[in-house]
Amino acid sequence: MRIGVLTFPGSLDDVDAARAVRLAGGEPVALWHADHDLKDVDAVILPGGFSYGDYLRAGAIAARAPLMREVVDRAHGGMPVLGICNGFQVLCEAGLLPGALTRNSHLHFRNRDQALRIERADTAWTASYAAGQEIVVPVKNGEGRYVAADADLDRLEGEGRVAVRYVGGNPNGSARDIAGVTSENGRVVGLMPHPEHAVEALTGPSTDGLGFFTSVLKAVVNA
Amino acid sequence: MRVGTLVCVPQVVVDVVLKPEISDPQGQAVLGALGRLGHGGISSVRQGKHFVLEVDGTPDEAELKQIAETLLANPVIEDVELHLPTD
Repeated sequence: MRIGVLTFPGSLDDVDAARAVRLAGGEPVALWHADHDLKDVDAVILPGGFSYGDYLRAGAIAARAPLMREVVDRAHGGMPVLGICNGFQVLCEAGLLPGALTRNSHLHFRNRDQALRIERADTAWTASYAAGQEIVVPVKNGEGRYVAADADLDRLEGEGRVAVRYVGGNPNGSARDIAGVTSENGRVVGLMPHPEHAVEALTGPSTDGLGFFTSVLKAVVNA
Repeated sequence: MRVGTLVCVPQVVVDVVLKPEISDPQGQAVLGALGRLGHGGISSVRQGKHFVLEVDGTPDEAELKQIAETLLANPVIEDVELHLPTD
């Protein structure tokens, strides 16, 4: 199972994402933003970091990178795509996910272990969890406040598109405690917290994050 | 443009601001600083972005509008104003 990890200039968490894929039993494949080659991967992860220094808007320039054209095309065809933190910002800027991520309401960079509730356990990236399950993974962002128009938020809630929600405190002022959302078909998921930093007891607050990476292996087999 | 003057490249200005319904914590922080500096008469600050584009030849309004609305601003959260050269 080949899971691509797309590196942009300024990506930081691509190595951790690749490691999480390996620990889950998949084969991580390094992808470079300026190429036009998805290297026959079965799914793609857009990692965290500060692509292009967050210039213009976080994720805005990365969303227009050459390889993103292929990622968007394949995503429309059903390829699973996961955006973590900056990767979530890229997916929103690329139009694959609704809404936008803006400066945290308190203006501080927030870095802590964060409790989350898995609201949707039937997406390509969350099927290893149970609906309603609570997990703890790190969150670390300065522009993680999820926003959308009220009507759009109502629609997302009605369609069950909120995949992951903050519990025990909202770290950035996100609307309706939204930590992550999914595409209509459940194949594209973006979230601000970092499951790839919670895959081993030695380095993370838990191993709760591993489920994102085991989920996609099953999703690709079943596709 | 008159003969003998410097050749001036047409400049297009694009202003981007957060939509009114999107809260602007940076603007609020500036407002707080103004209050501490004794400028109590300022009731609101909204922070935005100002782009100056130099264009070769005659600016193409449709193309510039597309640039402003799809790259310079994110229409989910921001409003954009395009100012074309007047002369």
